[in-house]
Amino acid sequence: MLSPDQVVEAYYLEARHQLLEIAALLDRHDAAVDREGRGPGPAAATKLAVLRQAITTLGDDQAGKERTVTLLELFARV
Amino acid sequence: MQIIQPHYHAIARTAQDYERMAMSGVVAVAEPAFWAGFDRLYPETFIDYFRQISEFEPTRAAQYGIRHFCWVAVNPKEAENPTLTREVLRHFPEFFAKPTVLGVGETGLHKSTKNECESLEAHVELAMKHGQLVLIHTPHLADKAHGTKKVLEVLAGMKVDPERIWIDHVEEQTIRPCLDAGYWVGFTLYPITKCSPKRAVDMLEKYGTGKILVNSSADWGPSDPFTLQECILEFRRRGHSLQEAIDVFHNNPCRFLGQNPKFDIQPIRVETLVETSK
Repeated sequence: MLSPDQVVEAYYLEARHQLLEIAALLDRHDAAVDREGRGPGPAAATKLAVLRQAITTLGDDQAGKERTVTLLELFARV
Repeated sequence: MQIIQPHYHAIARTAQDYERMAMSGVVAVAEPAFWAGFDRLYPETFIDYFRQISEFEPTRAAQYGIRHFCWVAVNPKEAENPTLTREVLRHFPEFFAKPTVLGVGETGLHKSTKNECESLEAHVELAMKHGQLVLIHTPHLADKAHGTKKVLEVLAGMKVDPERIWIDHVEEQTIRPCLDAGYWVGFTLYPITKCSPKRAVDMLEKYGTGKILVNSSADWGPSDPFTLQECILEFRRRGHSLQEAIDVFHNNPCRFLGQNPKFDIQPIRVETLVETSK
């Protein structure tokens, strides 16, 4: 089993990479909205809202220890 | 599609990579001098390394129909030994005379120390004096923004031709000042620690494709030469034409590297033949 320090050190770069991909996805979406002058349709808007809610959940220290379960339940809505 | 891999550390890779790259359309690679994973102590070690990448490696690549070019430099991580740097630099002109050496690289910064800045300046000065191209490494992760700014400051204090300088490993926070100053820039695609194929395509769409070189570096660390092909797939998947892809992934390297006449691969254009039956 890994210590708290080992967990962070072992997975920091991977998590950084994954967060940057999410940031880039949102930037890509905003650029598309600017380019086309309209937002996403209903189905895509729902998926985007779920992603934003997931990001909020991850940033919430009070969200509990079962973050993965919470997100899987969230993603099951779409 | 024909592809040029403009930043590739071939000596760290197997022949199987050459074979797979050839099968995927890679026609040429350019190998900058790199850090060996430890700090070298002797000028002769560098000289033999430069011989390896300028004499032997082209023969290995040729077995798969790939042209191999290279660059010479003392890596920024080894710049803390100024005596060694000076001694190695003294041998550069004999390598500039070799048929596949394109210029000086990758020089640049790692921790942006005084010795690193002086080494960068000495590399660039020598390259300019001998009419060589320059490939500049910028630091990674937390050091990137500061290090890139420092690179630009060092270059701004020198008499250089920005058209002949390629600042590599730029990301979203560093691309704009490099392009605004007139330099070529490079995206280096790594599985985790540098730019990703999707983010590279985002930047191509945002900043245009004019002076951008995309590469996957591929060294002895966690890296994958085929992140370049992954980027091409992502670029095409978003609806960009085959010609646009060729312009970025083949013709741009031809345009930058071709400033050195030794790099004689020409840009290509796709033509549709309209054939009529008689």
